Amino acid sequence: MAKEEPLLILKDVSKIYKGGNAAISNINLTINKGDFICLIGTSGSGKTTTMRTLNRMIEPTSGEIIYKGQNIHKIDPVKLRKKIGYVIQNIGLIPHMNIYENVTIVPKLLKWPENKKQAKARELIKLVELPENFLERYPAELSGGQQQRIGVIRALAADQDLILMDEPFGALDPITREGLQELVKSLQEDLKKTIVFVTHDMDEALKLATNIVVMDEGKIVQAASPQELLRHPANEFVRKLIGEERMLQARADVTTAAQIMLKDPVSITLGRSLRSAIQLMRERRVDTLLVTDDEDHLKGYIDLESLALDSSNRRATSVSDILNTKIFRITTTTLIRNSADRILKQGLKYVPVVDQNNKLCGIVTRSALVDMVYDIIWGEKNDTAAPTSPALKQGGAQDA
Amino acid sequence: MLDFLNEYGSQLIFKTWEQFYTSALALFFGIAVAVPLGVLLTRAPRTAKIVIGIAGMLQTVPSLALLALMIPLFGIGKLPAIVALFIYSLLPILRNTYIGMEKVDPQLKDSVKGMGMTNLQSIRHVEIPIAMPVIMAGIRLSAVYVISWATLASYIGGGGLGDLIFNGLNLFQPDLIIGGTIPVAIMAIVVDFSLGKLEKTLTPINQRT
Repeated sequence: MAKEEPLLILKDVSKIYKGGNAAISNINLTINKGDFICLIGTSGSGKTTTMRTLNRMIEPTSGEIIYKGQNIHKIDPVKLRKKIGYVIQNIGLIPHMNIYENVTIVPKLLKWPENKKQAKARELIKLVELPENFLERYPAELSGGQQQRIGVIRALAADQDLILMDEPFGALDPITREGLQELVKSLQEDLKKTIVFVTHDMDEALKLATNIVVMDEGKIVQAASPQELLRHPANEFVRKLIGEERMLQARADVTTAAQIMLKDPVSITLGRSLRSAIQLMRERRVDTLLVTDDEDHLKGYIDLESLALDSSNRRATSVSDILNTKIFRITTTTLIRNSADRILKQGLKYVPVVDQNNKLCGIVTRSALVDMVYDIIWGEKNDTAAPTSPALKQGGAQDA
Repeated sequence: MLDFLNEYGSQLIFKTWEQFYTSALALFFGIAVAVPLGVLLTRAPRTAKIVIGIAGMLQTVPSLALLALMIPLFGIGKLPAIVALFIYSLLPILRNTYIGMEKVDPQLKDSVKGMGMTNLQSIRHVEIPIAMPVIMAGIRLSAVYVISWATLASYIGGGGLGDLIFNGLNLFQPDLIIGGTIPVAIMAIVVDFSLGKLEKTLTPINQRT
């Protein structure tokens, strides 16, 4: 099967107003089906302008926009807009039409039969968990949050697969906003809708987007996934927009094992004798030893328990004889977010970290996790990535 | 009183009817021109200022002078009277239509346009219903003006209750003056009241005050 073509492609799209003021310049963007794109930036950054070129509410001065393989300049704007959902901040419900009429505006324009419109309206009102009799009410009788729910389902009424939203939740209180954010996110995930969402709220963008497009002065500064954006902000502007606090909070999300692991773990090679193993344990005050071959490849571990077991019959002579090969390991690029859970739940005291070639690089201890959590809570910028006394910390962690 | 009605009764009814249909025709054409023009002007705000300015200027021409000015163009009789009254009715309707349409939330217009309504659909289904109370206020104002000014139409041979009033003035018969004036006042009140009823019917159910 051929790779699905992008839903929308923007090629060098610019909008220049009379007098040479460029609202947006040379926007290049590809939007795939099912994407949740957040356009974010300060006021005047061109994010709304970019969004409005997509349904031809603004005609770009140059460049082209391809929608489902077709240049939108060649599609009748009225027909195009009926295929694209549109939600604005002020909701825009028509005050003299009841909720049913409001929801079915586009189906009515498309001349759907009455029973199909009825069925659709009922289906949609259920989707946003409002009672069916709301269909007979007028917009003024609904709260702001309820109105915007209607605003959202109105954009879905004609089965539009692309929905444009211009700061739709900006005027709502935080609790209502959160509910609606979840609604929209589930629409995108469950109904596979593609959403282009304009916001100036970074929390909102990080929460909802699959791709965040940061804009400034009419240009795209960075387009990346939320994780990528947090991990590698392209420049000072992006960093500021994200905010120091959030970067810190997001550290658990983007910190890799390599960043917090202790280097130089206590290890022993396969060929060594048990005697030297015990000696090493005593010296370094640990109860387990990681075992590697001569090229540092991780093979397993030995612990005090198996040593003690063997000491009664003394059959084993070398490390390889009592080697325990069942060992949970992570690689240097593993996100701590994904492994912290397992380390904590399985009661592991530490986890060895290997590189792609299974070479032992270090260990992640519970105390390193504690440091990270401490950082997140207190926001101190102590660099946990390079602990000052690895031997000491490591000893403590490996101690029985 | 009874003597007066006996003598002038049939004339009174005829003149009232004359006054009514002269005013009604002028108002009808006034609405037919000013409402669409007002709507159109919201699509061209710069032209709107000029057009409303011109309509305002026409309004400042003294009514008697305007009626007199019609004579060289249309001669005497009903036609010049109707034309003059029509010109007078334009401004209140035009201005109110324009203001009412302008007052519709631009965000709302943007949203319905974004959903794929054509200009015409937006005007018909969204903007006019919302602007209706303001438009109707302009029409009612014009109606009252036109009915009272139609009295002056008798000067240029337009007939109507003005005939009775001016006769009364010339012959110094106060009963004729009063007999001509009262029906004008009643007519204005009745028409304003009925238009008020019409306004209620035309205004969307939940926009009524």
